[in-house]
Amino acid sequence: MKLLPPRSPIKGSQEMLLIPCPYCGNRPEIEFAYGGEAHVVRAAAPRTVDDTAWTEFLYFRKNPRGDHAERWRHAYGCGRFFNVKRNTYTDQIEASYRIGETLP
Amino acid sequence: MTQPYRLSTGGRIDRSRTLTFSFDGKHYTGHPGDTLASALLANGVHLVGRSFKYHRPRGILTAGGEEPNALVGVGRDDAHFTPNLRATQVELYDGLTSESQNRSPSLMRDYGAVNDVFWRFFPAGFYYKTFMWPRKAWTKFFEPRIREMAGLGRSPKTADAARYAQRFAHCDVLVVGAGPAGLAAALAAAKTGARVILCDEQSEPGGSLLAEPEAMIDGLAAAEWLKAALVQLAAYPQVKILPRTIAFGYFPHNMIGLAQSLTDHDGEWDDSKPRGRLWQVRAKQVVIAAGAIERPLVFPDNDRPGIMLAEAARIYLERYGVLPGRRALVFTANDVAYRTALALHRAGCAIAGIVDLRPDAGGPLVTAAQKAGLPVFPASTIAGTDGRLRVTGATIKPIAGGSGQHVSCDVLLMSGGFTPSVHLFSQSRGKLVFDSTLDAFLPGAPAEACSVAGSAAGLQSLKEVLDSGAAAGGGAASYQVANAPLAQGGFIGAVPYHGDPGSVRAFLDYQNDVTAKDVVLALREGMRSVEHVKRFTTNGMATDQGKLSNMNALGIMAPVLNKPVPAIGTTTFRMPYTPVPFGYFGGYARGELFEPERRTAIHSWAAAQGAVFEDVSLWKRARYFPRGTEDMRQAVARECRAVRNGVGIFDASTLGKIEVVGPDAAEFLNRMYINAWTKLQPGKLRYGILLREDGFVIDDGVIGRISDTRFHVTTTTGGAARVLTMMEDYLQTEFPELDVWLTSTTEQYAVIAVQGPMAREVVQPLVEGADISAEAMPHMSMVECRIAGVPARLFRVSFTGELGFEINVPADYGRAVWEDLMESGRPYGITPYGTETMHVLRAEKGYIIVGQETDGTVTPDDVGYAGMIGKAKPDFVGKRALARAAFAAQTNRKQLVGLLTDDPAHVLEEGAHIVADPAQPKPMTMLGHVTSSYWSDALGRSIALALLRDGRARTGEQLYVPLENGNARVTVVSSVFYDPEGVRLNG
Ligand SMILES: [Zn+2]
Repeated sequence: MKLLPPRSPIKGSQEMLLIPCPYCGNRPEIEFAYGGEAHVVRAAAPRTVDDTAWTEFLYFRKNPRGDHAERWRHAYGCGRFFNVKRNTYTDQIEASYRIGETLP
Repeated sequence: MTQPYRLSTGGRIDRSRTLTFSFDGKHYTGHPGDTLASALLANGVHLVGRSFKYHRPRGILTAGGEEPNALVGVGRDDAHFTPNLRATQVELYDGLTSESQNRSPSLMRDYGAVNDVFWRFFPAGFYYKTFMWPRKAWTKFFEPRIREMAGLGRSPKTADAARYAQRFAHCDVLVVGAGPAGLAAALAAAKTGARVILCDEQSEPGGSLLAEPEAMIDGLAAAEWLKAALVQLAAYPQVKILPRTIAFGYFPHNMIGLAQSLTDHDGEWDDSKPRGRLWQVRAKQVVIAAGAIERPLVFPDNDRPGIMLAEAARIYLERYGVLPGRRALVFTANDVAYRTALALHRAGCAIAGIVDLRPDAGGPLVTAAQKAGLPVFPASTIAGTDGRLRVTGATIKPIAGGSGQHVSCDVLLMSGGFTPSVHLFSQSRGKLVFDSTLDAFLPGAPAEACSVAGSAAGLQSLKEVLDSGAAAGGGAASYQVANAPLAQGGFIGAVPYHGDPGSVRAFLDYQNDVTAKDVVLALREGMRSVEHVKRFTTNGMATDQGKLSNMNALGIMAPVLNKPVPAIGTTTFRMPYTPVPFGYFGGYARGELFEPERRTAIHSWAAAQGAVFEDVSLWKRARYFPRGTEDMRQAVARECRAVRNGVGIFDASTLGKIEVVGPDAAEFLNRMYINAWTKLQPGKLRYGILLREDGFVIDDGVIGRISDTRFHVTTTTGGAARVLTMMEDYLQTEFPELDVWLTSTTEQYAVIAVQGPMAREVVQPLVEGADISAEAMPHMSMVECRIAGVPARLFRVSFTGELGFEINVPADYGRAVWEDLMESGRPYGITPYGTETMHVLRAEKGYIIVGQETDGTVTPDDVGYAGMIGKAKPDFVGKRALARAAFAAQTNRKQLVGLLTDDPAHVLEEGAHIVADPAQPKPMTMLGHVTSSYWSDALGRSIALALLRDGRARTGEQLYVPLENGNARVTVVSSVFYDPEGVRLNG
């Protein structure tokens, strides 16, 4: 799903990650909006995809404990979406790469 | 007052100045350098509070931030009042006003102490179990009683008069704790040129060195070495030392939260200065030198006032020049308590005995005590204490058994050894490793760029502590140390006391009144993990987070479960390390800055007219414009009449606006909205519906085609940011091949709706460069022109069902154009109307409001908009989801309908449910719910919109809306109540 929760910048004081935007460099999390799991591919011709696959695309996500490829948007910066590889347990970010690039 | 327990010399207090303060209305004196706790002890005051659950009299137990008992409220008035402060951390100032907590009417006579008499009825799990009693017992008896009695402190009723500052900072090395390890780390790091922040919770740096009269470091007395170290650090311009600063939280990526107290220590007399500052420090490296916390021993009645930690008593003596009592009994499993006994002995305090749990205690301190003639009881325990508001004596028994011996004392000083402060390290998600020789959890592999030095890492000798600090700071210094004591030995669990375990209370968690027996009971009830025991007994759940109790709880659990301590595990440490007042987190975000208000260009005009405003997301919108004594219903009826019969004017500036530009703009909108856009001609408007990928309506709005490559998209007021983000998402990630630019123009345009049969007459005279006659400019068209001399995008559009225009002008001209329109409309009785009238008028026409008629589970067909779907389009967001068999299989989806009540005066409640048979036993079959409901002036009766199962097929059916005061019968009708043919639109 492609929904981002609305974010108010004033709610950011508890957000602590340091996120490397591939366009701007390291910025505090307060400047970003989370965009859910990365590499969830929307089929180029949705008509050709069966119901099961489309339901999977709509609703099913990995939610792992550990390495996770996820989307972020530099909402209060350059505005670009990009992908991040983050460990959901340690919160350590191992990679940050542009949309269209593959997970390093 | 005389401060009878103050020594004439020694300590770091300034005896040349005397400060006056009050505690529970009684006046005392102290000196600069005192804490409230040390000043109270100097005056012989030990009783400072009542315990949480049993209201037991409690005294000062510690000399630091781990204090569980001595919680006080401080402040000269309600606006400067802070509850639950630890008296051990409150610095004394002249005029300080403080009060004890959790007692009524007074500390000496507390009615709540009845709980102590009936303590058997308040066992562990009491709170959980009472939930299972009859509801009445809970609401009528337990809850009010618990609320009244179990409060910790009182909340001030007035707004906090203080200001709070916030700061972001970066550094190479953040050192937490300015004791010997932290100072050594800061010195080593500073020498490498690193930017260093050194913070410490106390009023001055030094940690344990502030009460260290004997040890020598590099040939200097500890206090002299401390002075020299601070001089050395001050010479580095890139080193910042923050006293009175708690590192309360360790967040990902080496972000540390610091709470720096700025004016508390001298009484917050000047409100123009910030009281405190919240730091968010991003450090390349963190050195945790947080020290260690002395553990109490768990023995029967170990909570009477006058019972203290041994090292705390020594700190009161050495740092504050205070004798905690005249006759001390020491109970220990650690060598350093002997040092306390020796120091007190030298200062003139009688030592009633040193009771040592260990059979074979040896070493220089033990020898020194024996040499000084202090009575030592090895392999012994304390089986109980007596004294009501102050300890008066205790019974010593050999562990091996046999008869006890009663000794009198006025203080009982205990030491169970030291627990390293691993809180911050654990918060950083570093792994803890159990050290069975120390009976302590020590920092293991770190998860962040951090290291732990000193006694926080379990080190016991001052030399090791200093050297570990130097190493953590990137140095290799090897400190020379002499005459330093070794803090070896310790005990966890409940000490043996040879009594009936059912008849005694040995306190484990002082703040939450948890006893050793409670933990055993929890295990008997089947709790196994330490997290279960914690929740069942509430051990460690008070504001001190079990700083004193966690290890002893594990020590009690281990033999009962027959498991080693690490197999039971330790609980999670959470921020804040010690409580931080709310104001620090609020910072500047209070009052008008708490949530910024958004105001339109016309806001000031509406306010001057006496409009009543409502909040729509962050916007302030005029809801109605009352005249004279009108109430809302009267004002709205008048405004509705004006629009239907003449002309009204409405500020629609809050509508979201997005400029969609580029060669592929139409194709982009084709893929985003359900409607077809390719064939829409420049100069035309279309009502667009936006779905989420799951097929449900998420937004709507009128979209104008300005040119082949440019669209003016409007969104709902609340959806503007969401829609732009969604568009950016698809454009950047799914359709990057499209050449399109998106720009938010919400705040660039003021939007003025002029609606009603006379609308054209009002607008026409102000228009330059366009023909707005009915023929030249039909419904759903637009033109770029000048209005009142201002460049404008003029839309012929209606959300009222009447002939209407929406005028988009640069926001800075919004109010001027509005006033010109008012002037132009004067002959026609132009009437400003607000959002309430807008809602009524659109409901009369059955126009939906996204978020009111839709709730995230509504498809275009559900609201009757299936016909708008561009059938020929291969794809748009949500199309594939709508084609799923799951949707097709649903034959009874909720659909938009109108409802008319039998009683035309009855305006239904929005959100009310609809049923077929009000006599059906509960749970009844819900057929749908009322989404909008108003009094319609045009129809002279109430109207309602509803989402109803299979609603369109139910037209004409009579259903029921069960309400609190009876069932309302309704008839299902079309959702368009007024002018169903739509002739008025085309006027
Ligand atoms: Zn960026």
